[in-house]
Amino acid sequence: MQVTSPVREPLVTGGKTIHDVTEDVCSRVEQAPTKTWMLAITASIALLLVGAYAVWRTLWDGIGMWGLNKTVGWAWDITNFVWWVGIGHAGTLISAVLLLFRQKWRTSINRAAEAMTIFAVICAAMFPLVHMGRVWIGFIWALPLPNTFGSLWVNFNSPLLWDVFAISTYFSVSLVFWYIGLIPDFGTIRDRAKNPISKAVYGALSMGWSGSAKAWMHYEAVSLILAGLATPLVLSVHTIVSFDFATSVIPGWHTTIFPPYFVAGAIFSGFAMVLTLMLVTRKVYKLEDYITLTHIEYMNYVIITTGSIVGCAYITEFFVAWYSGVEAEQYAFINRMTGPYWWAYWSMMACNVLSPQAFWFKRVRRSLVLTFILSIIVNIGMWFERFVIIVTSLHRDFLPSSWAMFYPTMYDVGFYLFTFGLFFTLFFAFAKFFPVINMAEVKSVLKSSSGEIADKK
Amino acid sequence: MSKPNNYLIGIFDDEDVLLSGVKKVRDAGANIYEVFTPFPVHGLEHALGYKRSKLPVAAFLFGMCGTMLALLMMTYMMGIDWPMIIGGKDFIAVPDFIPVTFELTVLLSAFGMVGTFFVMVGLKPYATPEVYDVRQTDDKHVMIVDLDKNKFDEETLRAIIRDAGASEVNNPNSGLTNEKEQEEYAV
Repeated sequence: MQVTSPVREPLVTGGKTIHDVTEDVCSRVEQAPTKTWMLAITASIALLLVGAYAVWRTLWDGIGMWGLNKTVGWAWDITNFVWWVGIGHAGTLISAVLLLFRQKWRTSINRAAEAMTIFAVICAAMFPLVHMGRVWIGFIWALPLPNTFGSLWVNFNSPLLWDVFAISTYFSVSLVFWYIGLIPDFGTIRDRAKNPISKAVYGALSMGWSGSAKAWMHYEAVSLILAGLATPLVLSVHTIVSFDFATSVIPGWHTTIFPPYFVAGAIFSGFAMVLTLMLVTRKVYKLEDYITLTHIEYMNYVIITTGSIVGCAYITEFFVAWYSGVEAEQYAFINRMTGPYWWAYWSMMACNVLSPQAFWFKRVRRSLVLTFILSIIVNIGMWFERFVIIVTSLHRDFLPSSWAMFYPTMYDVGFYLFTFGLFFTLFFAFAKFFPVINMAEVKSVLKSSSGEIADKK
Repeated sequence: MSKPNNYLIGIFDDEDVLLSGVKKVRDAGANIYEVFTPFPVHGLEHALGYKRSKLPVAAFLFGMCGTMLALLMMTYMMGIDWPMIIGGKDFIAVPDFIPVTFELTVLLSAFGMVGTFFVMVGLKPYATPEVYDVRQTDDKHVMIVDLDKNKFDEETLRAIIRDAGASEVNNPNSGLTNEKEQEEYAV
């Protein structure tokens, strides 16, 4: 029984009852997979397998298969890494920062956004791991473990090592946060399950959750503190990723603006990816009453805000390069705009700075088609941003005799496609077997005002 | 508290009715074993008279462990076990240790607190859930009143729970599963 407030737009439309929420979300898990879903997961697995060939060759023959050269030592690999990590920022931001700010509209989208975060970070982590060359030992060498070199420890002065800690902490804390939220919903699915296998599986996943008042009290404390811990964590992850560049002496990289600029860019691309996925999920799963136009409009507000911050950062960078009087720095920025990679720079400017400005118009913000198109454009732009920062700064080395260009090979492209295949396979599997909407939280915000009930007391 | 053997199940449809209902039942002098709800109901723990969750303390202590562990580990590795000059920095370059210290603080705090939460609430993959009514994870709030731990008899308790706003009062042991059946029984 939903009671609508005269002043506030309801977060969930269609006059849903609490039981309807259970029914709408659980039925997706309980029903046999639909044809659309089968088609989608088949396509993702096909992409994964095609990409797997590139991964296999890269592992077997080494990263020489990629188009990297002596001058441009970081290109698609690190671009893709930063791009995926950036995408992985929206989920925890939505669930942690918006929880602290008591933004109740987050409840419909936080589950899927957190899932997206986790899958994006898995995709991101593959690039630096493989870039180390020998994945099987590089993985161990990156950790401070005793070893046979007289215990030659890792270098704690290196931002690359900080990144190892930042990414792995972010991944594991996000995973725990996501799982804690899933426990009550697994309990709901368990209690509805008819089939003994799903009862056993969801029973184990729900860890014996019964929803007692005492358990909820502790649960709420855990959620609040995890949100408090995850908020600085979200900000720290891309800050530390930006240190990979900012602490170096490469012109175009060593600027103090990088941490906030990278964080804004990460939220920007993360929200764009959430929109891309949610618009599709909402349509396929008929969740229009839960993810309403208001939700989409709120996310578009975040996109235009962070997009404008990123635009400001581009201009500030350019101004500071000129104002600093450092010739190498000035050259790096002029070269970005007018050098051989001018097309990448201007694609970035068009996609990231100009395109989100369309969201100033309410009709664009509330248009599903335009939002979907713009969300994809934003992510293309954010990929170019990382490409511009990495490749254009490196390809003009300090010695002109070392100047070079970067040309990707099919293995660069294939590896990137592999991560797409992995991401979508995981996401579609999640959408089928897990509750895509946080039922418990949506139920708790269902009554936006309780005037009618107050009379009953 | 041990699980009740002989109890009444009060079913509430609405969280606000439940909140005032819990107060009414307690004011009437009855002892509530526990309330099960499908979603967090704010203020329910106060209405039931529970003490505030101590998990923030656990989070803080585990976080401190993380901070200490990180600083000691880095000081030992970089400053004592194998000191090396890197970029002209001090062996124990504290500013460089901040990012890893922060990450390990967060990591240990989060995992320690969640582990404590699992232990306190008794969550484990093979735990048997306390489900009194399957609707307790769907859309109903379930109040369990232990008959053995109350001074009232069953009839009085039923009346108290019903007056508090319950839409059904069931006793699984006597086979009286809802109001209607109970009325028929009375006739």
